[in-house]
Amino acid sequence: MIHGTGYKFGDNVDTDQIISAKYLVTTDPKELAKYCMESADPDFSKKVKAGDMLVAGRNFGCGSSREHAPLSIKGLGLGLVIAESFARIFFRNCINIGMPILECPQAARDAKDGDQFNVDLDQGIIKNVTQGKSYQAQPFPDFMQQIISAGGLMPYVKKRLAVGN
Amino acid sequence: MGQTAMQKILAAHAGKTSVEPGEFIMAKADLAMANDVTAPISIKALERAGITKLWDKDRIAIVFSHFVPAKDILSAAQAAVAREFALKYDLSLFFDEGRGGIEHSLLPELGLVVPGDVVIGADSHSCTYGGLGLFSTGVGSTDLAAVMATGEIWLKVPETMKFNYRGKPGPWVTGKDLILFTIGQITFDGALYKNMEFTGPALQHLSMEARLTMTNMVIEAGGKSGFIEADAVTEEYLKGRAKRPYQIYKSDPDAIYCANYDWDISGMEPQVAQPNLPDKVAGLSKVVGAKVHSAFLGSCTNGRIEDLRIAADILKGHKVAKGLRFMVIPATQNVYRQALKEGLIDIFMEAEAIVSAATCGPCLGGHMGVLGPNEVCISSSNRNFPGRMGHRDSQVYLANPAVVTASAITGCITHPDDIVGKPTIKAA
Ligand code: SF4
Repeated sequence: MIHGTGYKFGDNVDTDQIISAKYLVTTDPKELAKYCMESADPDFSKKVKAGDMLVAGRNFGCGSSREHAPLSIKGLGLGLVIAESFARIFFRNCINIGMPILECPQAARDAKDGDQFNVDLDQGIIKNVTQGKSYQAQPFPDFMQQIISAGGLMPYVKKRLAVGN
Repeated sequence: MGQTAMQKILAAHAGKTSVEPGEFIMAKADLAMANDVTAPISIKALERAGITKLWDKDRIAIVFSHFVPAKDILSAAQAAVAREFALKYDLSLFFDEGRGGIEHSLLPELGLVVPGDVVIGADSHSCTYGGLGLFSTGVGSTDLAAVMATGEIWLKVPETMKFNYRGKPGPWVTGKDLILFTIGQITFDGALYKNMEFTGPALQHLSMEARLTMTNMVIEAGGKSGFIEADAVTEEYLKGRAKRPYQIYKSDPDAIYCANYDWDISGMEPQVAQPNLPDKVAGLSKVVGAKVHSAFLGSCTNGRIEDLRIAADILKGHKVAKGLRFMVIPATQNVYRQALKEGLIDIFMEAEAIVSAATCGPCLGGHMGVLGPNEVCISSSNRNFPGRMGHRDSQVYLANPAVVTASAITGCITHPDDIVGKPTIKAA
């Protein structure tokens, strides 16, 4: 279960808005986190707490295939990204670095900046506590949840290989 | 409910009886592929994770293609990383410089990808192999590293769009023209993340090579994969070539498609994509006369023996236009040898074209004939984004091999009829 405040953004937030190209000099998530969403909201990295959520419109994460974008979100300690839809490569990158995300058009559309959320990732249930509404997103199958909880694709692969030996 | 061939292939590789579009699956791959540029990143990802055991040394192909032979010190160093890895793990499908060619032409040519397969490649044109009736897609290097380690990949089952082509292609119309036309119709993101299934009576008239040209370019419409059902043409191609037993999958008549297109292509003229997007497509007659400084015949799209034969037929007895250079790069070393045997290389050189060993070369602006500022090229390759083949102010037209060759002879975009119809000029 994840609890936190939802911060709302619009449609077509591209990877440049998530993390500007000028900060791509490092792959350290903690360092990248300082500049996460800076161009859309300069105070974003200061105001969010661990577990808070990013709520966005359509095509979130479009643009370049850089893994720095999901890394900066993960580095900030955000618990989840909910969007109406994600750009495919961004979606893949999120799973592959172990950053939880859910696609749920209705929940994303209804959300207002600052709404409180309770989310059950296993079941794909999103509760907007502020508005008293509940939504069902398509839950991830078991192996996808294992990838996320292992911290990403390569840690998951390593774990599986270790079990296999 | 009916299933598309793609659903059946993916279900079989995920150990399920059926899968639905949008579903996440863990699929077993039949082959993993990386090239000289992408392999080193996958290798680093494996090293970082401390993984020292690979999935299967006979199912991981590393094909040197992009910078062959190494064009500078950096590419030599990069190649060394991949070479060392391939030798250390004794990969049987390692194609070093001089031993292979462009991956997407090489794997089908050697029968290393067969109908019913799931093939995962660390290169965006890995969708090419789908022309053989299989699922293949391009992924990032981390994803490929995971396949190298486990033989598995997580996938979201794509929806399928169906494209039905009726009629018989005209004399100069090939797979390239059908796919350019299609991209022009649906635009560069018209098939975003979708599987594109090509079918219909017109495909009966296309060779296996021409079909692979079609699936090669599904990524230029944003597609995740392309698919052409294996038939008699496919089986003929696979004879004496297929390295593994294969299974043919067909879409059910009541399979669900997210979109249906149906075109009669009789009377279609050759198609050309204008600068600077593959979907800026026009009929050849609309662009005839545009000046070009360079012509390129090659790439994973149209660098196969059939393409070289078409070009040599047109070029025979002519010279390349003054002030223009014509790069001819066979897609694989085998294509090169075959072209030598058939006397095609002689025709190219007699006409004063430049012939090089198999490589991607100028397709990605890497080496072997890149474009300078404001230069215009007509190319048989697949991408014409700004700067793709060199300077950011250079321009690229994409066309089939016949149009590229005819244009090389005149120095401006030319219909092949205008060359072949004319009496041949005696070579000096
Ligand atoms: S020929 Fe061009 S498109 Fe094909 S693999 Fe090489 S660089 Fe990519």
